[in-house]
Amino acid sequence: MAGTVERVEIRSLAARLDETWRTPASLYGKLTTVDHKTIGLRYLATAFAFLLLGGLQAGAMRAQLARPESRLLSPEAYDQLFSMHGTTMIFWYASPVLSGFSNYLVPLMLGARDMAFPRLNAFSYWTFLLSGLFIYSSALGGVMPHGGWFAYVPYTNAQYSPQLNMDFYALALLFLTISTTAGAINFIVTILKTRCPGMSVSRMPLLMWSTLTTSVSMVFAMPALTAALIFLELDRRFGTHFYDPIRGGSPLLWQHLFWVFGHPWVYIVVLPATGMASMIIPTFCRRPIVGHVYVALATVSTGIFGFGVWAHHMFATGMPALSTAFFSAASMGVSIPSGIQIFAWLATIWAARRHVLATPMLFMLGFICLFVIGGVSGVMTASVPFDWQATDTYFVVAHLHYVLIGINLFPVLAGFYFWLPKMTGRMLSERLGRWNFWVLFVGVNLTFFPMHVVGLRGMPRRVYTYPAGMGWDWLNMAESIGALVTVTGVLLFIINVLWSARRGALAPANPWGAATLEWSTSSPPPEYNFTVIPTVRGRDPLWEVHDALLGPAGEDDLALADPTRATARSAEHSDHRRDGATVPAIVTLPGWRVLDEGKETLESTLLDADPQAVLRMPEGSLWPLILALALTGLFAALLFKAPVWTAIAVLVTLGAIAGWLWPTAVTFPPPRSVA
Amino acid sequence: MSAHALTALIVAPLAAQLRVLYDRAPSVLEPAGPMASRLASLGWTMIAIATVVFAVVMSLLLYPLWRDRNAPPVDGPPREVNERAWILYGGTAVPALILAGIFVLTLGAYRRSTLDGRPPLTIEVIGHQWWWEVRYPDQQIRTADEVHLPVGRAVKILLRSDDVIHSFWVPNLAGKTDAIPGVTNTTWLQADAPGTWRGACAEYCGVQHAHMALSVVAQADGDFARWMENERATSAPPSDSATLQGEHAFLGTQCVYCHTVRGTQAQGRVGPDLTHIASRLTIASGTLPNTRGNLAGWIANPDRLKPGTRMPAVPLDAARLEAIVTYLESLK
Amino acid sequence: MSTAAYSEPREPREPARAGALPIRLTGTRSPGWWGMVFLCATEGMLFASFIGAYFFLRGSVEAFGAEGGKYVPLTRPLIMTALLLSSSVAAWWGEAGIEGGDDRRLRIGLAVTFALGVAFLLVQATEYASRETGATTSAYDSLFITITGFHGAHVAGGLLMNLYVQARTWLGHFDAERHDAVSNAVLYWHFVDGVWLVILAALYLSPRLF
Ligand code: HEA
Ligand code: HEA
Ligand code: CUA
Ligand SMILES: [Cu+2]
Repeated sequence: MAGTVERVEIRSLAARLDETWRTPASLYGKLTTVDHKTIGLRYLATAFAFLLLGGLQAGAMRAQLARPESRLLSPEAYDQLFSMHGTTMIFWYASPVLSGFSNYLVPLMLGARDMAFPRLNAFSYWTFLLSGLFIYSSALGGVMPHGGWFAYVPYTNAQYSPQLNMDFYALALLFLTISTTAGAINFIVTILKTRCPGMSVSRMPLLMWSTLTTSVSMVFAMPALTAALIFLELDRRFGTHFYDPIRGGSPLLWQHLFWVFGHPWVYIVVLPATGMASMIIPTFCRRPIVGHVYVALATVSTGIFGFGVWAHHMFATGMPALSTAFFSAASMGVSIPSGIQIFAWLATIWAARRHVLATPMLFMLGFICLFVIGGVSGVMTASVPFDWQATDTYFVVAHLHYVLIGINLFPVLAGFYFWLPKMTGRMLSERLGRWNFWVLFVGVNLTFFPMHVVGLRGMPRRVYTYPAGMGWDWLNMAESIGALVTVTGVLLFIINVLWSARRGALAPANPWGAATLEWSTSSPPPEYNFTVIPTVRGRDPLWEVHDALLGPAGEDDLALADPTRATARSAEHSDHRRDGATVPAIVTLPGWRVLDEGKETLESTLLDADPQAVLRMPEGSLWPLILALALTGLFAALLFKAPVWTAIAVLVTLGAIAGWLWPTAVTFPPPRSVA
Repeated sequence: MSAHALTALIVAPLAAQLRVLYDRAPSVLEPAGPMASRLASLGWTMIAIATVVFAVVMSLLLYPLWRDRNAPPVDGPPREVNERAWILYGGTAVPALILAGIFVLTLGAYRRSTLDGRPPLTIEVIGHQWWWEVRYPDQQIRTADEVHLPVGRAVKILLRSDDVIHSFWVPNLAGKTDAIPGVTNTTWLQADAPGTWRGACAEYCGVQHAHMALSVVAQADGDFARWMENERATSAPPSDSATLQGEHAFLGTQCVYCHTVRGTQAQGRVGPDLTHIASRLTIASGTLPNTRGNLAGWIANPDRLKPGTRMPAVPLDAARLEAIVTYLESLK
Repeated sequence: MSTAAYSEPREPREPARAGALPIRLTGTRSPGWWGMVFLCATEGMLFASFIGAYFFLRGSVEAFGAEGGKYVPLTRPLIMTALLLSSSVAAWWGEAGIEGGDDRRLRIGLAVTFALGVAFLLVQATEYASRETGATTSAYDSLFITITGFHGAHVAGGLLMNLYVQARTWLGHFDAERHDAVSNAVLYWHFVDGVWLVILAALYLSPRLF
């Protein structure tokens, strides 16, 4: 087998790659880096910070609502809080946090060295961050958006909201849209074009399917929001009449455009998370997922059918009966792919080789539980007549938190417990993790289950206070206590991460005995991800290799009854590999690729992933940041209605684009052997 | 009594007093009319289905964990599993059947109205930031924040909005319908027995969305006719000197630019019609029970009770405030 | 630096290098091209939303229907259509040139495209000047100006791309194998052209049909 000579070869190859790919540790290096892992971590940290901000706002709201007739917050303050809570959570937390995971994981799972467009990736991050700062800068003037996260006109139009509140909302979202769209296109092309040899479409990990579906949905859904926001700004600023019923416009136009975007968006913020579930659950059941193909199909069809149900948010607007009936049926139909996914996970757990109840798996069990509760309440609201009662009450607030927390936050936390060791090289504490799970699970149910009841008892949403004696008092108190418990749960998570960063056990390459390629490289991975571009022969490359070489997995190798001990064992194990090189984690086929003549990764064909070309990766660059800053200037100039500054900002933006695209020797190498 | 003392009459948990105005707490699941009953039974059915679905999924999830709690790890190939049964039946066919059933129930409960042969009584309800204007066009009645209906009869409600979107909701009687500028929507109310219920604006419409409630009063035919009779009449001329003094005071303030008292020069159209304000259950759109103290407190400083309200505080000394309250209290 | 669980090669013994792979691709297989396809998709959805708004308002708001259904003069839009369509042909002709390695043809093609695009914008400017109503007259006018204005801005964007590609053509950056910037700019141009046809059908022709 592989002898010493080759080991030296590999080592020097690694050194060479390290040289090529290294990001300078300087500040300049940090600002210019295009490494998808760094960007992914930044996405995760930033999105998590937004979760905390949104959570703090929720805490303030729950303090106000704990008792009837409370005067803690002024109505205007409450309105700004719930609007920013929803907007932050939906736009600056729920989707970006998944982009963070995808950013980190997509190239690793594909066996690639970076995203297809690394500089665009950096740009996506900067615009995400700056748009978030942009909308939060409204707090300085006390004019945070106050129209709710879906900002219905005419309330949000200039006549009823003359200050800057809704301009911040509209411009910040337009700004964020740029980030989201750029990111989505990047994921699509990366997944389509940079898969390692052997990873045909049918062998793609399910997280890739869901990221792909989500990204395509973004590309098609975002523009409806963009159009709605453009109309809103034009109405507010230039006196156009898109939403003005007196001059031939319609407030319902906003609702249609918003929800044509909005419903696909709610699947955008859960599909990658269900993809994460499809990676994590099989790992802890020690078997491939049941019904891989069905899950992939269900993912894609959720994405597609998600475009056909938007009007279920408008059942009370007096739409014609026929169309409401259609949207009602469609909304029930869109539940079926979710059912397929749920049953695939159930079957996987049913037929597990072994149940490893490590923290990520606990969060997955909680996720399934909350998913079903949130899903069935969604089906109830999909029933038009029932929705006439439920809509705009706390029943809907309950639904949306069960799905958003259940299908987004829980998988995200599972994902952190699962992949953070890969990202930081250190394990999180299992004991704290269990506490974290149980506290959060209890807290979330205590907060949000009573909301169903209080909603059916007639409490509308978005009220800053409520009269006593309506049967809402103690339920609201319970919810507020639940929120406190939830916050404690989140705090435990933060403590765990901080603890792990200093004290956590060192993570081996594959601490959980998982199957996909990201686990074949060290924790944390080197900047170039893989010394050689791997070649795969199945859906679960690491398991297949294992089975092929050692026979079917035994307790020793894969089962982790006690993850902490198992950690040590696996660490030994991979050391053993490193030294003895007896157990290749990947079967390499003749023709595998090294790609060490510069920053390179492999480009492959759309369906079969046959190697097609070598992709030159750009060096770090300051242009993404410059362009993002130029855009910030542009949006600020628009906000303050400064025509001269707007013109200047447009010119600077165009200049930054030109600078970015300026051909350099690096992006324009001489052609190499075209065969 | 000074204005201050009057305001102080407003006792702390205002709403506790509010609750006693209504026969039942607002609730979707305690219907008081045929439409709401249909929706409630649909709701209960779906809650039952949801519970069963949840229980089945949870059993399928937890049973294997319990089953294998002590089992030795399986070496060798993973357990066989009938993919078809799980995915195609469990995940697809069975849910599809259940959903189809729910959809049939949905269609069954879909009708909004239950019309008998009689032409329906029509009421126009117009949303304003933050109160409800209520008109009975055929009876020439204009009132606010209170809808009266005859028992046992389907009443047609035409919904409009004067500014932003509001949503008209009386949980015990019917589901919501939005009041959208530029659109006239229709909904129906019907009560089985006399009673009073609380309704609310359900669509977020600005800072005082929380205080945009209304009361619905169902009355037996005779009572209803008497109520209409009274509402149709212009205000009674003041019968004693205190009231007369109050009327003068009232007509001498800015109040008249916004409010109408039919039979006087007060013809403002911005705020609620006050012709029969004393006969209403609440003031400030269901915010406060209609008592003398509350009324005085409200007029003295509306913004304190309903921050952001469109009603300005009119500068009044104690005597004039007292007089105006006396006058308003006479507008039965 | 560890290669961790990484496999050592079994065969071949000598790690293969990039071998017989081209360093980059052009045309329909390159990542850049796919990126452009999805950029066009998302922009196309923006216009679809605009046009959806037009039909929604025309169908559901009476005042809008009365105006949105009225005839718009067709002379200018038809001239504009002719200009754009021929510019697309010119762009295609230039691109076909570089595919055969002829960068002179590419230069001419791009220049002609540019000129026709500018002509389109000029005619559009005269159309705006001839309108009696402005964007704030009614919802119909708002929408009309917004849709055509956004399209005009996209034409301008396409012209900027055109300039960029022309500059690089003059610098001799392109040959038969490497010209993905050309393919992408031309693809975008065709897309902008296609959007115009949809706008023509919706705003100018549909009122005459229904
Ligand atoms: C995380 C995002 C997310 C997800 C995944 C969903 C999923 C679903 N949602 Fe939800 N929804 C929101 C986020 C989400 N929603 C938000 C944020 C709002 C509020 C917006 C606002 O007003 O602020 C909302 C509001 C909302 C409404 C409007 C309510 C109203 O305002 O009146 C409706 C109505 O139909 C609805 C329906 C559904 C349905 C049918 C699903 C389905 O996809 C659910 C499918 C899943 C299951 C059903 C469970 C699993 C399936 C099985 C176990 C099979 C067996 C099941 C059966 C036989 C029933 N949602
Ligand atoms: C992913 C989405 C998401 C998440 C996670 C949450 C989380 C929470 N939400 Fe939110 N919510 C929405 C999305 C979300 N929400 C949306 C879309 C709306 C609709 C808005 C609208 O109507 O427009 C809404 C509305 C909404 C309402 C209704 C407001 C109203 O209608 O009047 C309420 C009321 O209780 C509420 C409460 C909560 C609570 C208590 C939590 C808790 O789970 C929060 C838990 C706490 C944290 C996650 C952070 C903890 C903070 C710390 C630990 C502090 C540490 C601080 C530092 C280190 C600096 N939410
Ligand atoms: Cu009116 Cu809410
Ligand atoms: Cu939806």
